Amino acid sequence: MLLKELLQKYPKKEDQLIEILLEYQNEKIDHYISKEEITEVSKYLDVPESKVCSVLSFYTFFSDKPRGKHIIQVCKDVPCYVSSNIDVLKIIEKELGIRINETTPNQQFTLEFTSCLGCCEAAPAMRINDKIYTHLTADKIKAILSEYKVYM
Amino acid sequence: MIEMKLVSKRFGKINPLSIEEYIKFDGYKNLVNALSMEKTEIIEEVQHAYLRGRGGAGFPAAIKMMALAKETSEDKYIICNADEGEPGNFKDRYLMENDPHQILEGMIISAYATGATKGFIYVRGEYQKSMSLLKWSIDEAKKKGYLGKNILGKKFNFDIEVRSGAGSYVCGEEFALIESIEGNPGRTRVKPPFPTTKGLYGKPTLINNVETLATIPLIIEMGGKEFAKIGTPSSTGTKLISLSGNVKNKGVYEIPFGVPIRDVIYKLGGGIENDRKIKMVQLGGACGPIIPEYMLDMIIDFERFEEFDSKTGAGAIIVMDERFDLFDILLKIVRFFEHESCGKCTPCREGHIQLANLVIKFIERKATVKDMVSLESLARVIHQASLCGLGQTSPTAIISSLKYFRDDYLDRIEHPEKA
Repeated sequence: MLLKELLQKYPKKEDQLIEILLEYQNEKIDHYISKEEITEVSKYLDVPESKVCSVLSFYTFFSDKPRGKHIIQVCKDVPCYVSSNIDVLKIIEKELGIRINETTPNQQFTLEFTSCLGCCEAAPAMRINDKIYTHLTADKIKAILSEYKVYM
Repeated sequence: MIEMKLVSKRFGKINPLSIEEYIKFDGYKNLVNALSMEKTEIIEEVQHAYLRGRGGAGFPAAIKMMALAKETSEDKYIICNADEGEPGNFKDRYLMENDPHQILEGMIISAYATGATKGFIYVRGEYQKSMSLLKWSIDEAKKKGYLGKNILGKKFNFDIEVRSGAGSYVCGEEFALIESIEGNPGRTRVKPPFPTTKGLYGKPTLINNVETLATIPLIIEMGGKEFAKIGTPSSTGTKLISLSGNVKNKGVYEIPFGVPIRDVIYKLGGGIENDRKIKMVQLGGACGPIIPEYMLDMIIDFERFEEFDSKTGAGAIIVMDERFDLFDILLKIVRFFEHESCGKCTPCREGHIQLANLVIKFIERKATVKDMVSLESLARVIHQASLCGLGQTSPTAIISSLKYFRDDYLDRIEHPEKA
């Protein structure tokens, strides 16, 4: 969906800023908000561009740089750490050939850290786009990643 | 049996998508009853129940409700704080995913009692499933006339909107949360004025945790005085505990206040995986104290937790067995807060970076007695000189470990050669 069309769904109210950015970034294949889009959103809501930028830089969900089609987030907090017999991050890094905070050359995957995903009873956990995967094992991680590589 | 399923009584027994099943299982019955009560009577029941906030701080719910009720502004808001970002906590997610209508019912009753005109549920961005379920449930409740205009034929209008977080732990703090709903970066404000005087969009606002609101229908059902018979004098009712780490049966358990931590770990959690020994247990989440095995007979109770000077009351128990090193854990905790600090207060913004540097010295066995003293004094500065709950509670793990795991510190200082 074009940003222009998406904006029409929202009332011209300042408090819609985060909702707009979330929805739009989610729809974009490269999951980021560009300079031109910052200008367009700021004009629509009649807020300064600096305000849009401050929100973008504050919240970890947002990015002002292009990212992969699928964003993989690995939990780095204590409950996952103590419940894991495997190093989830290392397995993914090896599988995709990238390091943390990098994107695969084919723009398919970006690898990031996340704070606790709130499913510590099913640790270790990771999130790909909006979906949370739990009870991870080395084999399970590889299977999930191949599914994304082949079908999505 | 030490479990007592009251707030979680419907978990797994109803389809959370079905309002009919909720209604069949006593749902919205308490709203109907509450609407036939005087508004002040409802708040009195909450007062008699001595319900304390379930989000961590344990503030008496009735005091906040009274504060909102006496405000005369035309617009008054209720916010359900579902920004459950504290590592090791997942009980609010269980509530939203297993029994969303109970939360809505609690919000509607609270709104009626306090004269609130609109409700918001601020859900952390990671909880997509919870968000979809809540949105669905709100639509269902509207169709049945539990939300909207003239609710159940009364002159009472109330609506609820779901708002998404965008990956920020500090937005669980009440003013940071308000800023976030208003579309700003989540940086807290100076109090007073408190939200019940000047909150969302400058209007009086009541902010309660998911579990607190979900307990309101139960209080109407049981009556405040009966509710207060459960638990301990300082902490009435039941508490949802998020049990995680190296226990056999991780999960959410509802217990009456007053149960010893050891019973939760061994009787409900089934003990430690591979029957290892416990090295340490963190209470409440990343912002909570780390205690040693010999303290596990302490009971779960707000008053007991208060000695840690932390917001321990959200009910997380993270168990770590003997394979884990205190300083590795501390570094993860400090890094978490370093990342999540909003940057407004210097002690919090800069302090966590320095705390991490000091903890690394202990990991590398390069620390001296002076480093231990610096660690303690810096932790206390962050605790005392930060504006919001993040900085005030983030050093708790360090401060408590200095007290209960002093030998671990001294070992690192006295035996640099082991590195």
